[in-house]
Amino acid sequence: MRLELVPRGDVPGFVRLLAPIAAVATAILIGGLVVALMGRSPAAALDVYFLQPLGDSWGLQEVALKMIPLVLIAVGLSFCFRANLWNIGAEGQFVVGAIVGSILPLALHGAGAGPWVVVAALVMGAIGGALFAMIPAILRVTLGVSEILTSLMLVYVAQLGLDWLVRGPWRDPKGFNFPQSVMFESSAQLPPLIEAGRLHAGALAAIVVVLAAWFILSRTLFGYGIRVSGEAPKAARFAGFDANRLVVAAFAISGALAGLAGIIEVTGQIGQLKPTISPGYGFTAIIVAFLGRLHPVGILFGAFAISLTVIGGENAQIMLKLPLDLTTVFQGVLLACVLAADALVTNRVRIVRTVRA
Amino acid sequence: MAASDAPLVAMLGIVKRFGALTANDRVDLQIRRGEIHALLGENGAGKSTLVKILDGLLQPDAGEILWEGRPVVLPDPEAAARLGIGMVFQHFSLFDNLTVAENIAVALPGEGGRSEVARRIEEVGRSYGLTLDPSRPVWTLSAGERQRIEIVRALLRKPKLLILDEPTSVLTPQEADGLFTTLERLAADGCGLLYITHRLEEVKRLCSRATIMRGGKVVAACDPRGETVAGLASLMVGADVHEVRPAPAHAVGKIRLELNNLHLPAPDLHGTPLTGAMLQVQGGEVLGIAGVAGNGQSELFAALSGESLAPRPEDVSIDGAPVGREGIDARRLRNAAFLPEERLGHAAAPRFTLSENVVLSRHATGGLVRRGVLKTGEAQRIAREVIRVFDVRKGGEDPPAATLSGGNLQKFVVGREILREPGVLVVNQPTWGVDAGAAATIRQALVDLAARGSAVVVISQDLDELFAISDRIAVLHAGRLSAARSARTATREEIGILMAGGHATDAA
Repeated sequence: MRLELVPRGDVPGFVRLLAPIAAVATAILIGGLVVALMGRSPAAALDVYFLQPLGDSWGLQEVALKMIPLVLIAVGLSFCFRANLWNIGAEGQFVVGAIVGSILPLALHGAGAGPWVVVAALVMGAIGGALFAMIPAILRVTLGVSEILTSLMLVYVAQLGLDWLVRGPWRDPKGFNFPQSVMFESSAQLPPLIEAGRLHAGALAAIVVVLAAWFILSRTLFGYGIRVSGEAPKAARFAGFDANRLVVAAFAISGALAGLAGIIEVTGQIGQLKPTISPGYGFTAIIVAFLGRLHPVGILFGAFAISLTVIGGENAQIMLKLPLDLTTVFQGVLLACVLAADALVTNRVRIVRTVRA
Repeated sequence: MAASDAPLVAMLGIVKRFGALTANDRVDLQIRRGEIHALLGENGAGKSTLVKILDGLLQPDAGEILWEGRPVVLPDPEAAARLGIGMVFQHFSLFDNLTVAENIAVALPGEGGRSEVARRIEEVGRSYGLTLDPSRPVWTLSAGERQRIEIVRALLRKPKLLILDEPTSVLTPQEADGLFTTLERLAADGCGLLYITHRLEEVKRLCSRATIMRGGKVVAACDPRGETVAGLASLMVGADVHEVRPAPAHAVGKIRLELNNLHLPAPDLHGTPLTGAMLQVQGGEVLGIAGVAGNGQSELFAALSGESLAPRPEDVSIDGAPVGREGIDARRLRNAAFLPEERLGHAAAPRFTLSENVVLSRHATGGLVRRGVLKTGEAQRIAREVIRVFDVRKGGEDPPAATLSGGNLQKFVVGREILREPGVLVVNQPTWGVDAGAAATIRQALVDLAARGSAVVVISQDLDELFAISDRIAVLHAGRLSAARSARTATREEIGILMAGGHATDAA
């Protein structure tokens, strides 16, 4: 006996919309069960995890702040994943974007340059990330090297490069020997969106990127090429698309958005370079991309869910003494539920009995 | 004890259905000890299904298997192996990085150490002329040597029946000669051999009995040594044809598609190189290309469509323009259209909707893209037109391609190309695995397109189809394209011999 997935013909639109909601509800039920097994009140956990962060401006801004890098990186990754390319080095592209984007702000430090510096920094960060991501792409199309390994290993190259820079050439001479750069001048930082708030203009960039990515993937011939080359490579060749060009382009877009996320994080939040500038956004964004089912708008919701659990998880640690690992567990359960709901909506399960003569 | 005069194995009334397709329809097959028994048939005749049933890989829906006179059930290949049934597959299942002895040892769990296995390999090798160095890594070996490993592996289990699936398809003629000697020795030792092939010369040389299948049924059993190659070929491809000649009177025009001494190396290990292909197709005619699968059909299609580029521009011409170095979209812009064999995954993206699949082959040629942006409304309009004209049955307004039945999807992709009114159309296996109704619609559309002045090339394994719709027929065998001959005067025997690699008198 074995299980087979048989594609359903036509799935009504509202069912497709309901599926992720049902998945979230299932994940919360499972999460609640785990909390109950740990001897805490599931209702209190639900409140701390999901309601309190949304109850005040501070919580909302924190959730939004976490969403910005996740959305940018995940949207970029969706181009690769749609094309069946496994870029798992977004963390490294994020770091290189931050490094290349910081060149101008650091070089012009104290020169009294205008706010064009931050715009130039964002552009350079995106270019840096794109070029860095093109290394595994070019190795793949010229030498057939697996992009999975190269993109992952380049993460460590990028991180160690940043480490060397902030301990060496870019260390703040007046920084008491701490491994960090000078604080960027305000002309090299993203302005806050709300007076005295934490949320910065990077949020606008994320929204623009989501809309642009949605348009490119669903409405342009280039996006069509990306999708068809992942879905059916032979059909893509039949359609006349150049597979190698698509590989390089998908990686370049993915790297550009990860690099943009990196320099936005530095110019918007941190304000300087440090040995560690990301709590693993580049890897978490892989989960976000699949939670959003590789759709730019879906990724917005996916990033919201993950950010919420991160902020809620911090609260739960303090208020309910629940371990932070529980957050990771919940993220995994959520992803499994969303993927399962997706598979079950587009397919039905058939049990096949092996007939014996 | 079974009666000693009972055949080694008898398959009686075997029926196997896959959905609507009956792959084996009350098939009988008997193999005696010490005989080399040929199982002949074109691709899709049901040979592989029958053999998989005998090897325990598939279960029959009806019928009985008698092993040495006693009824047996073969739930899996291990049960078949315990009875003494061994199988040598067409494609090798070997670990490249392991040695010969290691590859054989993994298939013989718990039977002595590696030195013991090496000793037995040399023993079997000596008695059957299968020379193998047990310590050589597999990646250093030729195709013939790799096949010897598979055979030795089967022989070490001391089979009473050895099944060989197209064993010479990857061998050089010299390697094949060596194999024949081995098989004759095995038969002399009393082992029964079932030899699956479509190479008729080999059968005449090697086999004492032949069972011939066509369309899932056994159509003949004979002694091949007493038959001519032409006779075997006609049994294999069938002579009972409904001679349809639907082509109305129309003028044949100038040459629209041409191959000029095209040489193309094989794209991969199992591919077929094309050697010196010459072809001229005129406007107004359907040119059929016959051939058994795996003789270079996909490679020829790729060369004609531009999915593979030719070495020189003048190797391929469309309407007189050298296009050998142009890609598929550039050739489409010269008003050529192409349709590959594989419906899902090549001619159409499975999870894309029908209108999205219109974009696949039409984006270069017509009003579907403006400044890089898709005009989805136009794609939907074309999809609706194809669906209407070709009577495509589907669920929903614009469903994913994978949800259509094979026949309906094939009508859709054929219609997608034909409604463009291409001047040149190349299709590979246009009605493969399609129900009779859809096949008739598609064939009619191809004939009508030619009647309107287009040059149509149909690559097909179905000789009935080719005789029904073609004006001229050429044959592809081992990457060589024969001269085209008139379908009105050519006989099925002539074509059959060419398909099997023989030589007919050239009467082009």
